[in-house]
This record gives sequence, structure tokens and C-alpha cells, in this order.
Amino acid sequence: MGLFLAQLLTGLANAGALFMVASGLSLIFGVTRIVNFAHGSFYMLGAYVGYTLMQVLPGAVGFWGAILLAGIIVGLIGVIVEICVLRPVYSAPELFQLVATFGVILVIQDLTLMIWGAEDLLGPRAPGLKGIVRIMDEPVPQYDLALIAITPFVALGLWYLITKTRVGILVRAATQDREMVGALGVNQSWLFTGVFFLGCALAGLGGAVQLPKGGADLLMDFNILTSVFVVVVIGGMGSLPGAYLAAVIISVLNVFGVSYIPQSTLVLMFLVMVVVLIFRPFGLFGKEEVAGEHGQVGEPERPIKPAGLSVRLLVAAGLLLLGLIPILGSNFAEVLATDILIFCLFAASLHFMLGQGGLVSFGHAAFFGGGAYVAALFVTYADTPMELALILAPLGAGLAAVLIGWVCLRSTGVYFAMLTLAFAQLLWSLVFQWGDITGGDDGLVNIWPSAWASSNTVFFYLSLVICAGGILLLRHAAHSPFGYALRAARDSSRQAEAMGINTKRIQWVAFAFAGAMAGVAGGLFVFSKGSVFPNELEIARSFDALIVVFLGGVKTLSGGWVGGASFEATKDYLTRFEYWRLALGLLIIGVVILAPEGIVGSLRKLGERMGVLTNAEDKR
Amino acid sequence: MQRKTFLKGLIGAALLSGTAPLAFAQEGEPIKIGEINHYKRMAAFAEPYKKGIELALEEINAEGGVLGRPLEFIFRDDQGDPGEAIKIAEELMTRDGAVMLTGSILSNVGLAIASLAGEKKWVYLAAEPLADAVTWSAGNPYTFRLRASTYMQAAMLAEAAAQTDAVRYATIAPNYAYGKDAVAAFKEVLTRLKPEVEFVAEQWPALFKIDSGAEVQALERAKPDAIYNVTFGTDLAKFVRDGNTRGLFQDRTVFGLLSGEPEYLEPLGAEAPEGWIVTGYPWYDFSEEDAANKTFVDSYVAKWDETPKIGSLVGYMTAESIAAAIEKAGSTETEAIRTSFEGLPVDTPVGEITYREIDNQATMGAFVGTTALEDGQGVMVDWTYLDGADYLPSDEEVKKLRPSE
Repeated sequence: MGLFLAQLLTGLANAGALFMVASGLSLIFGVTRIVNFAHGSFYMLGAYVGYTLMQVLPGAVGFWGAILLAGIIVGLIGVIVEICVLRPVYSAPELFQLVATFGVILVIQDLTLMIWGAEDLLGPRAPGLKGIVRIMDEPVPQYDLALIAITPFVALGLWYLITKTRVGILVRAATQDREMVGALGVNQSWLFTGVFFLGCALAGLGGAVQLPKGGADLLMDFNILTSVFVVVVIGGMGSLPGAYLAAVIISVLNVFGVSYIPQSTLVLMFLVMVVVLIFRPFGLFGKEEVAGEHGQVGEPERPIKPAGLSVRLLVAAGLLLLGLIPILGSNFAEVLATDILIFCLFAASLHFMLGQGGLVSFGHAAFFGGGAYVAALFVTYADTPMELALILAPLGAGLAAVLIGWVCLRSTGVYFAMLTLAFAQLLWSLVFQWGDITGGDDGLVNIWPSAWASSNTVFFYLSLVICAGGILLLRHAAHSPFGYALRAARDSSRQAEAMGINTKRIQWVAFAFAGAMAGVAGGLFVFSKGSVFPNELEIARSFDALIVVFLGGVKTLSGGWVGGASFEATKDYLTRFEYWRLALGLLIIGVVILAPEGIVGSLRKLGERMGVLTNAEDKR
Repeated sequence: MQRKTFLKGLIGAALLSGTAPLAFAQEGEPIKIGEINHYKRMAAFAEPYKKGIELALEEINAEGGVLGRPLEFIFRDDQGDPGEAIKIAEELMTRDGAVMLTGSILSNVGLAIASLAGEKKWVYLAAEPLADAVTWSAGNPYTFRLRASTYMQAAMLAEAAAQTDAVRYATIAPNYAYGKDAVAAFKEVLTRLKPEVEFVAEQWPALFKIDSGAEVQALERAKPDAIYNVTFGTDLAKFVRDGNTRGLFQDRTVFGLLSGEPEYLEPLGAEAPEGWIVTGYPWYDFSEEDAANKTFVDSYVAKWDETPKIGSLVGYMTAESIAAAIEKAGSTETEAIRTSFEGLPVDTPVGEITYREIDNQATMGAFVGTTALEDGQGVMVDWTYLDGADYLPSDEEVKKLRPSE
């Protein structure tokens, strides 16, 4: 009984910082509809700033003062980010802003490394709260009790702010219908800035308040990000009580998981999320999403039409040029081009689902890595030849997509995205944990192409044929009746159904098709690298694809591969420099601000303005 | 006819002008080594390692380099991503003119490069990756490893554990391959040395996401006599803090794999655990008797104005090993370097090590000692250096573990 209570208290204490960070993310999303990937970075900044302040300010007053100040300082940094980076792109297509926040992550990572150095910092202990209290003979740290006491006050303060003040009324109104709030004469920009300040301050507060339980290190931004997303989604996006309840549920379950199923540490959280979302598709306290119901943000998408003769000739010339790489370029040029081609197919498969189907997936790496693992497993255990493995990879990935799609498509919008993320993470932990079969994170090695394709040149041509073919196939699918039905389901699900289109089934097929195409890329990837590791299923891989699709331009047909090629090539070049993350981050932010419709979309517009392209319908 | 001869002449001239300076340049042209590491993702570990290499290069080149040519490392960042590392390896070997590869801290990246090295027949010296698979199950003739593997270091701690009275053991290790290997090896060796031990709890926190309060409660619940810890980095810091606060370590012996390395001990400051039996690197404690160790530490501090980490030592020994291998090979041809590495003896700060012919594993050992607090900083006391050669399985077992040869 004593142990049970002590475990409960540990869970409640852990929930504290998690709730603060999650409530910030939830608020920001609720009002601005921005999925702030950089939220973990603000949490990390809170820890570093708090640490520095605690070194300067003395005693207990200094300690608690440092935590508060850290929150305020991080909030102000958030304001700078909001004004400089996000304000220019509010009118961009939905979710485009997450690309900007991704750039912010990279910038903050390198700046933190520059300012505070690489070594982990151990957080100072809270003055006067260093010991333990014995509750029913079980030791409970005093600081844990302090956290348990503080968190409800923060929650209550937030609740008061949101429900009882004028600011809160505006925030809630904006959460429900921000256009109406704007129409009623409220200055939206300052409302958004204010909410961003509050959200980031909460993240900073969370980072500083956990210092006595840990410290500050350079990996904490990504480490907390997934847990925070899970908490926000389980609670319901935009709901504060939901975030609190979810933080408590996750933290307490985690403590018991650690004690009774020690191996569960990787998956528990995601299992809980899947279960909750299956029964409550909008989280515990969430309401059905209203975003997008007033029509899409930005200008409407242009109808697509088959490429004209000039474009066809251009594409043929481009392919010919690619085919000449082995003759004109070096061996490394082939290797790099192979890498880029594979990534382009992966990006194009996500682009198809996202652009044509409006299905934003945060877990597309499940199918890329899935395909890679299917091929690798067959080679390792059944000595399957490369040719057959390359066919089995998309089949396996497609099958996984059929199953995962069936569950995920029960939800929509951000909840759909989070479910895909959860499944990608479940697949990742399965591969990671099941070491006997998958090799765990030691991966599967020595998976090389058949003898005829083992030279870099031949493999490059193989990749060129498969990837270019795959991208053309995806493009062709967009022009087929299936593509039209898919766009109809995206633009107006109700009207599409009234016309007799089974929207769910169409989306399901699209999901499976995109998954299989990602599997093709994954299969090629294994043979180009000779090995596969769980990294290929990681969230970071999914994000890579997501970023390039937005960078390339969602509302264009070629955005996926154009974004993929430019991003990979730029990254290959930039990583040669010391502070490449800073440079890449700034570059991404720059592209986002200058080209809010993505590279292809904005180039198209520029071409029209300069008179190079006479009519929008002519291009692509 | 005339046109053909003219072309031939042109080609001949081009060849001459191309090769002549090349042959001439052989004399002073640096020998390039491709080094791939996670300079951003794991900056705290990679930086000292790089500084160790640079110190060794300075010394080697001051004495005339290797084969009369300067030795040069090309450092590249792979973001901790195996696929990226493969791409960079190709570039280093085929475009930048590197003669062999080295690098990586993470085991998965090391295994990816090793697989490539075996396929393309390039020599790869895995300096830091600890996974047993690098030289055993996934080993190949072209991959060599410098550091004492997970198995070797765990076996050293298991030997120390067998000499204590503890019978009931609990383990805590990060939930990934390194943690699992480390626990399996410790269990295997300890059970062999002392069959009556029992393992009463196994905790597997997610790497760098430890819920230390919960882990400490779970360990306490099992009431072990001794704890075997494999966590490191921020996980270790949190585990130690919560363990100290809640009295987990009172009257218990704790064995800590790598816990004594400056990389992990230094950030803990005055909260470093006392009385743990650990593997590590006591650079602060070398006397005149350990002349070679002391010389290395002194020149490192003199050059960089900071104290060395274990990574610094490994980096230094990496460059030394490569220089020795190429010198012995007498050429920069891959096959020559590979055969030269087999059975290669290298003089290093920790004494002479040998790259074993049987599994390409170097016999570098580890320092084993007890942690203590001195001037508000954790240190290792009563340490000894254990030779890695004594902690490897028998040759028959190694042959079974290494299917590739």
C-alpha cells in the first residue's frame, strides 16, 4: 500500500512539467492552429536559461525567481519567433507553418550548443527541498511534493485566465472561430502573439521546473516532443483540463509500467493514445475540429491537367541529363544521385497522399522503413534475391498501410496525423525491441544488391528507372478517375459522398497506395546502403518527408520530388560546415517566408508575374 | 591515319601531364584518412575524440609523418544517421582520396560502415563503437575495432562482482542493443564465476528518457544486494540523483559500466556516486610509474587547455594505430593496410596493444576502480588497468561467434 501510494506520487510529480509544456502547445494550437514542432526547443531553452539564472541568483528566492524569469524570457523569445517567422506565413496553406517551426528547431539547437556548450548540465537542487519525507515508510522526495502542489496552481491560474478574464474570452472565441473574432474587430495579430508568449512561457517554465529532477542537455527538445504531442492529443487539442488529465494518466501509467512491465518503456504511451483515439477520436475533452470548414486558407487550388508538350519535353530532357550522370560525373555523383532519387520517391508518395488526398501523415516513415525491413528480413532469413525482395517490399509496406490506414482513417485532421505517428512509433518499437529477429538497433547488415547490380553505376540506373517510374506513376494516378475522386473527398467530403463516392474507401486506397510507393523507396534504400536500422522508422524520418513536401509546395503536382531533391542536395552541401544546422534552419525559414506556396508554387507565380508563363493552366 | 596518331599523341600528352605531377606529389602529398562521426548529435563525446586525433597527428607529422608523407584526417559529420554515414564513406573513399575509414561512436553507424567496408573491400577501423557484433557476429576481414567491447568491459565488472558477497542482483540498462548486450554479458560471466547468484530485477528505461523516480522504486522493491548499472549520460545523472535522494544505494554495492569515464562522471560534480565499482579513465591519478599515460595527459592539457576524456584517449590511439598500420604496410593499398592490421602491435599510452588476428579486435583494456569524491568532484580510486586480452572468450568460442571467417 505504501509503495503503491509512493508510486502514485512519483507519477503525479512527473506530470507537472509535462502538463506545463503540453498546455502551452495545446493553447497555441487551439488559437493559432499552428502545430508547433519547436515547442520542445522552448522547453530546452527554459532549462538552459533557468540553469544559468540559478547560478547567478542566490538562495530559495533566487531559485524560484529563476524559474519564473526563465518562463518569461522564453516567452519573449517565443514572441520574437512569432513576429519574425510565423506572422509572415499565417496566410499560407494549413499546416505550412510547421515547416517554419522545424527551421526554428534547427536554429535553436545550434545556438544552444554555441552558447552553453556540449556538456550536459546537472540541474541544481531546490534550496530547502533536498531531502525526503517518509510517507507510510516510503521515501518521497520533498521536491516531488512541491511539484505536486505547484502544478494545480498553474492549472488553476490558467483556468482562471481562460474562463474569467476578457483575454481568456477572446482566446476561447478564437479557438472556436477565429475568423469571427477578427470580424468583430479584435486585433488577431496581437492575440496570436500573446497566446504564443503564454504558450512558450509555459514550455520554458516546464523546462526550468524540472531542473532539480534532471538537468539541461541538447537532446531534450526532441525527447519531450513526442510525449507532449501524445498528452495534447489524448487530452484533446486545445483543452486545458484534458491536457492535465492526460499528463497525469500518462505519467502515472508510466510509473506502474516501469515497475511491472519494465520492457514497456518504449511503447506504453503510444498504446494508450491509440486506445483513447479509437474510442474517442477527438481525445478525452476535445471537440470535433472546425478548422478548414470555412474553406481552405489561402487561394484555392488550381485544377490539374495533363502536362503539355513543352513540359513533357522538359521532363524528358531532365531524365536524359540524369541518365548522363555516370558519364559526366564521378562515382560519388552516382551515389548522391541514387540517395536523392530514393528520397524523392519517398517524398512524392507522401505528397500524393497529402496533396491529392489532404491526408496529413506524421508517420510516413512507417512504410519507408517498413518496406526496407521487409526486404532486409527476406534477404536475411530466406536468402531472397534482390529482384524479388524489391517486389516484396512494397507489398509488405502496402499491407501495413492497409491495416494502419483502416484504424487511422477513423479520425481526421491532426488526430489522424497523430494516429499515424503513433503507429509509426509502435512499428519502430516492435523492430527495436524484437532483437532476435530484427537485430534491434544493431539492425540487419550485409544486404547488398545482386551481382549484376552491385556496381554503383548499374544501381544508379536501376534506381533512376524505378524512382522516376514511381514518381510518374503517382502523377498518373492523380490524373486518373481515382485521383479526381480523391480530390473530391479532400475538398468536400459531403458533396463527394452525395455524388456516390465512398470517400473513406477512396482515402483508404490512397493511403495504401502511398504506403506501397514508400515501400518501393524503402526497398531500394536497403540495397543502396547494404544495411537497415530502426532509424529508418523514426519520427525524424517522417518529419523529413513532411518538411520537403511542404517546402516543395503542397498545392502543386511536382512539389514532392522538387522539395526532396532541393532539400537533400542542400543538406549534403551544408553538412560540410561546422554550424550547418543553423544555416539549414535559417534557409528553411527564409524559403518559408519568401515562398509561402512552396518552391514550385512560388516559382510558378513568379513565372506568371514575369510573363514567362502566360497562363497558369499551361504549367504542370 | 594521321588523325588517329594525332589523337593518340594528344591522349599520351594528357596522360603524361596527368600522371607526372601525381607521381611527383606522392612524396609530399598527405595520406588522407576518412573520419565519420556524430559531431553535432553527440558533440560532448565527439569533440574530445577529435582533439585526441589532432594531438596525435601533430606529433606524428612533427616526426616526419608516415612513409615520409604527412598524415591527414578528413572529418565529416553524419548526423548520427547510418544511411548518411554510408554516403559520406563513399565520398571519402572515391572522391576525396582517403585510403581507409575510421570513426563513429554509435554502434549502429559503426555496423553500417563495417558492412560497407566488407562489401567494397575498404579498411575500416571502428574506434569507439562498443557493440560485440562489430567484430563478432557481423564482423568481416576489413573491419577492425580498437576499444574494449561491451563484452570485455562487462566481464571485467563481473569478475569484480564475483569477489563480493552479493548474491541478489538487479540490473538497470537502457533499452537498446548496447544495454542488452551489457546485461547479457555480465550475467553470463558472473553466473559462470559464481553460480549461486540470482538476478531479481531487470529494468529497461528508454535511452535518454529515464523515469528515474519510478526506476528507483522498482529496483528498491526487488531488495537486491547489488545493482549493475549500464545507464549513462543524462539517464545516469537522473538515476544517481533519485537513487541518492531515496537511499537506493545505501548498503548496496553498485557496479557501473563506463560510469567512471570523465564524460559521465564530470557532469555529476559533487553528486557523483561514492563506492561504485566502475570502468572509466582516471587521467588525474597517473604517477611517474605510468609514464606513457602521464605524458599523454600532459601533452593533451598543454595543447587544448582542458582535461582529457576517455574519448580523447581513444582518438589519440586511433591515429596512432592507423599510423602504425600504414607504416608497417609500407604502402597505402587497401590489401596491404588490411594485412598489416592483422596482428599489429601498437605502442600506446596504456601500453602495447595488439590487433588480434583471430577477430580483428584490439586488446585495449579498461581501467577498473572505485568511485570517490575529492574536492567536490567524482574520481576513481584504487584503480587498476586490466588488459583486454584476458577478458575475451577462448579462441574456439570466438571462431563460433565470428561466422565470416
